[in-house]
Amino acid sequence: MTEVTDRPVTVWQNKINANVKVGGSGSPVVFLHGAGGLFWDEFLETLAGNHTIYAPEHPGTTAGDPDAVAHLDNLWDLVLYYDELLSGLGLRGVPVIGHSFGAMMAAELAANNPERVSKLILMCPIGLWREDIPVANWMTLTPASDMPKLLLHDPDGPLAKQMFGVPDVDAQIRMIWCGACTGKFVWPIPDKGLKKRLHRIQAPTLVIWGKQDRLVSPMYAQEFATRISGARVEVVEQSGHLLTAEYPARVAGTIEEFLGVGT
Amino acid sequence: MYLSAFHLMPHRELPDDFEKRYPSVWVTPPFHELADAKRVGQYYNWTFDELIAAAQAGADGICTNEHHQNAYGFMPSPNLMGSVLARATNGMDCAIVQMGASLPATQPPLRIAEEYAMLDAISGGRLVAGMPLGTSMDINICYGVTPIEQRERFREAHDLIVKAWTAREVFPWNGKYHQLPMVNLWPRPIQQPHPPIWIPGSGSTSTFHYTAEHDYCYCYLSYFGYKVAMHSVDRYWDVCRQKGRDSNPYRLGFLQLVGISNTDQQAERDYARHVEYFYHKLLHIPAEWMGIPGHQDYQSLSNALRNPLALKAFTTLKEKRYKDFLNDRYVICGSPATVRDSLQDLVERLRVGNLMLLLHIGSMPHELALRNIELFFREVAPALRPKWDDEWENRWWPAGLRKKALQGATA
Repeated sequence: MTEVTDRPVTVWQNKINANVKVGGSGSPVVFLHGAGGLFWDEFLETLAGNHTIYAPEHPGTTAGDPDAVAHLDNLWDLVLYYDELLSGLGLRGVPVIGHSFGAMMAAELAANNPERVSKLILMCPIGLWREDIPVANWMTLTPASDMPKLLLHDPDGPLAKQMFGVPDVDAQIRMIWCGACTGKFVWPIPDKGLKKRLHRIQAPTLVIWGKQDRLVSPMYAQEFATRISGARVEVVEQSGHLLTAEYPARVAGTIEEFLGVGT
Repeated sequence: MYLSAFHLMPHRELPDDFEKRYPSVWVTPPFHELADAKRVGQYYNWTFDELIAAAQAGADGICTNEHHQNAYGFMPSPNLMGSVLARATNGMDCAIVQMGASLPATQPPLRIAEEYAMLDAISGGRLVAGMPLGTSMDINICYGVTPIEQRERFREAHDLIVKAWTAREVFPWNGKYHQLPMVNLWPRPIQQPHPPIWIPGSGSTSTFHYTAEHDYCYCYLSYFGYKVAMHSVDRYWDVCRQKGRDSNPYRLGFLQLVGISNTDQQAERDYARHVEYFYHKLLHIPAEWMGIPGHQDYQSLSNALRNPLALKAFTTLKEKRYKDFLNDRYVICGSPATVRDSLQDLVERLRVGNLMLLLHIGSMPHELALRNIELFFREVAPALRPKWDDEWENRWWPAGLRKKALQGATA
């Protein structure tokens, strides 16, 4: 197992003590988690074999510091906050991987400051909106029924039981609060103008999507790809929105391959 | 003791299998399948008639509130209701209790300052200004307000409204959520410096603190009766003590469903199905929608999930029948003597001064509602009224309507 350490970084006029999980060895890679929160899982563990992973916890989702998110009023603040945070970590021109909400943030970051991001990997990103395939509202889902259906390829399989089975109060509070802190920047419709900014991205970009993603349709992959110059799309078969939980090794392998090219 | 009549203005005729056919009474029920606009007009007019009948029967106040996109209680604009009620009750000693217009969803919130000032003017100074945060369904889902911002928006709206009521000079408002270059409210409320403020809520810790800090009345809107609310209400009184507030029972309001007939048996025949309709159909809401992530702050969320008494009461409603609702005191129904005894117990146990009665329940037809209202104010109210008034003044009531006996005694 990789040794994972919590690295505190002071940002935003010293008002926020960001916590960044750091682990692995090799060239640095940033991972931005989705609305469900950060878990050092098999996916990150696999990537950590060849890279040093820097995985910040979204403001407010660090244990014991739920109100940190109050210092960031809107998406503009949050983008600049992440830019500052990466400076604080000494990471310039670094590959950034994001999942779902985190992928939207990765795209915003790369559009705002193209030099910051050397390669961009967007896994099932939110951030665009098409009337004919609206993104499901994950903040109104019920863990018992809707969540497995919308998030996993196989809503009745062992992974679904493991993830959404017996509710533990602490895990429930953590999950709800992660939703609150990320939802602050995208409620009620996760379309905050990213479509006007994606063209600014210069980093080589890989868009990865689960073919059976019922939360954010894989049809959005092409929407991202057409707006980001040279972007490539990989669709993962038999996989839903939580593709890194469903196929950690396969998805990590695809990313490794992409990171390996030209570095 | 002050006794007010509350009305939700519910859909009275939902189909018997409503809760099996539809996922929710709130947000998503299809209007055209379930309702008829002309019939709904009849509901509004029955609601007016029932509240005005309560005022005529001696209610100290009549209460309306704001909800959206639902069949549970659909007065999207409580101030439209309040305006008619204010006009119709002029000359009566009855407060217009707006419970009220939702602060975080009204843009700009100055609109509430204006409308409440209008209501105070129309009613001759009889307004109680309720300032609700609003439910998660209404404010977050229907009106799109970001859940984690709801409380902060509420606080800014409150500060703006109070300043607009009281400032003598034109002022600019540079808030986080609202910027207004020149605020100069017309009209101003008759009640000075402003009408009494009540904060309706359902037990959030942070709202207890807010209410006590501002020296307002906390109005507990619970459908689970005093036995479920006790634990939470005790915490409210703890907070009041911590903040150095006295134990004036008028710091607390409480809502109770009540049905009265000549005997307990007759009450069961009269009210059982309307009570079950209320709990099974009108509260048919996915539990998750009651608290979209961020609607409660971290501490309130944590408290709510670690002490899931209210949540459990909510999620087990469909397992209960009339007898259970009665035994667990969610509802107080029976003969005048039974209702009197139970309410006296409730009032004593919660230490509540501003009691609100829901006398129209669920599918109750107009005639039965009128009879219930009449019976309550004739047979039950007189025994409750003297409570607290030898010792405490209701500082959260329009000054012109406070009880004469006390005014005489303290003069």
